[in-house]
Amino acid sequence: MLTKEETHNELFTMGHTGCSGCAQSMAVKLIMEILGKNTIATSATGCLEVFSTRWPESSWKIPWIHSLFENSAAVASGIEAALKVLGKKEDITVLSQAGDGGTADIGLQSLSGMFERNHDVLYVCYDNGAYMNTGYQRSGLTPLDAFTTTSPSGKVSFGNNRPKKYMPEIAMAHRIPYTAVASAGYPMDLQKKVKKAKSIKGAKYLQVDVPCVPGWKYEPKYSVKLAQLAVQTGLYPLFDAEYEKIISVKKISKKVPVEEYLKLQGRFKHLFKDDAGRAEIEKIQKIADENIERFGLI
Amino acid sequence: MDFKVGIIAMPGAALSNKTGSFANEVPVFMHKTCTGCNLCIYFCPEGVVYGDKKTKIYDFDSDYCKGCGICAEECPVDDIKMVLVEK
Amino acid sequence: MKQVLEGSMAIAGGVKMAEPHVISAYPITPQTHIVEHLSQMVADGDLKAEFIMVESEHSAASVVLGASACGVRTYTATAAQGLLYMEEVVYNIAGMRLPVVITIANRAISAPINIWNDMQDAMAIRDTGAIMLVAENNQEAYDMHIQAFKIAENRDVMLPVIVNVDGFVLTHTFEVVETIDSIEKVREYLPPLNMEYKLDVENPYSFGTIAEPSVYTEARYNLYNAMNFSRNVIIDAAKEFDDMFGRFYGGLTDSYKMDDAQTVIVAMGSVLGTVKDVVDELREAGKKIGVLKVRSFRPFPEEEIVAALKNAKNVIVIEKAICPGKGGILSVEIRDSLFKHKINSVSVNGYTLGLGGRDITPGNIHGLVERAEKEENVDGEFIGLSQQYL
Repeated sequence: MLTKEETHNELFTMGHTGCSGCAQSMAVKLIMEILGKNTIATSATGCLEVFSTRWPESSWKIPWIHSLFENSAAVASGIEAALKVLGKKEDITVLSQAGDGGTADIGLQSLSGMFERNHDVLYVCYDNGAYMNTGYQRSGLTPLDAFTTTSPSGKVSFGNNRPKKYMPEIAMAHRIPYTAVASAGYPMDLQKKVKKAKSIKGAKYLQVDVPCVPGWKYEPKYSVKLAQLAVQTGLYPLFDAEYEKIISVKKISKKVPVEEYLKLQGRFKHLFKDDAGRAEIEKIQKIADENIERFGLI
Repeated sequence: MDFKVGIIAMPGAALSNKTGSFANEVPVFMHKTCTGCNLCIYFCPEGVVYGDKKTKIYDFDSDYCKGCGICAEECPVDDIKMVLVEK
Repeated sequence: MKQVLEGSMAIAGGVKMAEPHVISAYPITPQTHIVEHLSQMVADGDLKAEFIMVESEHSAASVVLGASACGVRTYTATAAQGLLYMEEVVYNIAGMRLPVVITIANRAISAPINIWNDMQDAMAIRDTGAIMLVAENNQEAYDMHIQAFKIAENRDVMLPVIVNVDGFVLTHTFEVVETIDSIEKVREYLPPLNMEYKLDVENPYSFGTIAEPSVYTEARYNLYNAMNFSRNVIIDAAKEFDDMFGRFYGGLTDSYKMDDAQTVIVAMGSVLGTVKDVVDELREAGKKIGVLKVRSFRPFPEEEIVAALKNAKNVIVIEKAICPGKGGILSVEIRDSLFKHKINSVSVNGYTLGLGGRDITPGNIHGLVERAEKEENVDGEFIGLSQQYL
């Protein structure tokens, strides 16, 4: 039984200024349900930081700190070291958070350092595939052909001309104890992975696909649907790994053509205009098919 | 000297911000076909849906619901519908 | 106990006496010896601390930021490019009011790349909100680090303190240093850090929130006020240190042979040794000359400087950094201080020398003294240029 009063006691509370339908706030809520109150969190600069801690307001009921864009993992390393000194490390989870830009672009160095030193930190990358907080500019995790404000489609462009950087494999290459990819569309799977990460000592990487209403340009009610379609098309394979070895993948129950996923989003609408666009959709389908093959999703 | 100003906030102080004003639509929980699957609770980005499996009676907190409509869209038995907010 | 110590050993020794809990470091010449000594102390079990060898200076500063926010004592050290790389974080540490202590082994800034001493690195971060002290010799460097933690951790200050130590000139030079034998006495001088606000699951505050236009100015004003307030705290820390350990180097400034001085040389850091030698000679020859040492560059000791210089005729400022497009940095601030106090009888001459490790010789100082008597308000002119390269 969850009463109205109890919903006000969530560790990540309502009252934040995230967009209506924000899948990132959904993921944060689900993650905090598992991590519990003995958690200290860092956030990189980005949507989450801005919409959850507009002074004097804060949605956090756990100790939380935002420093800069690129140093979430380094700040978390320092927190972990301090907790060791204080003799509190055994009881407290250190959560380090950033968006895809803060993780795979500007924050990659400090994240790699944290991984290599194997701090007992759970790092979560909320991947919405662009710099949404600054107005939808492309990042290293923007998918192929997505329109962003710095990779616009035009007479001679289909939008972002590079596929997504494969960040989870970069994490795994550090031989950290646990790497997982989850989705806001599959909350139980997400929470299961968080639970597992919480039980493991050392550096953990969790990447969560979080659709973005204004950045992807869709109706707010489709946040979950799109997150699920990303998985069911093969574009966003969900799996987890211990060190370099993948231990489980989320199988696709019914393979969906990528078109079904793309057509719901304004950021891909330029692909549906003509034959050249259709050819681009084929390229995206090929990425999905390769993922299905590589991860054994079917 | 109060150096907290602009730097340090009190835990959960965001509750003072009633984001229900964002909403153009709000859900109505019809309590007809509900199976108690809890998906509406899981998927609510704000955490404003409450209720329980046993009684299958769910509702939402209109002070904070932003009206995204995910609960209605994802309800597997169409037991939630969105209605316009009268402003 | 009197020992012959390399400057870096003295610094590491002073830091050790302050018992920091978390130390982070990324190597850069000429800072390396300091953190090597500290890591050895940790490896030998002589210092109980988490020593984190990070992948960059940006992370070095970020690690101590995170640890400091948990309420433990923290330390890092860097120089030159490393300092510029961590500058963003230094602003952040100061803005979040965290009492981190940082050593800068002062070094020239690239390009051209040059690993030797000047103060351009320190001058580049002078507006971060960090308190900036400058040590004259290895003994002062040792003592100043212990004082630095006390100043930083003062409840009404809560700002990072940067201790500037001339790279190579001090960090790699051996001098006699009297170390403190009693850790209990240091603990009495520097009680355990006790932060009112920290990352603590029992009192879960949110740090580093977004401050909108309605409150950002006030947050900066509070920092500005704390920096002003730290003037007294720096002076008290020096006096209390003198009471307990019997060594004093001045508060914000220090005067040397300043009685009746008509000509005053103003300088920071190790060059003061050479300057004082020259002044001794000139005093013997009957010249009314003295030295004003600037020990705290931030906060800027305006009152002390005005009081010391108001009756002088010629002031010579040794500028070991340059502001292209303007001239000197220290001399400009001194001139401004005098101007504000409506003193226009003093000529403040800034001369740029000692860049990128070039020696400042007694001959240079003699030359400046002769020049200053004939010149007025020189704005950072370069001294001793090699004509063949121009």
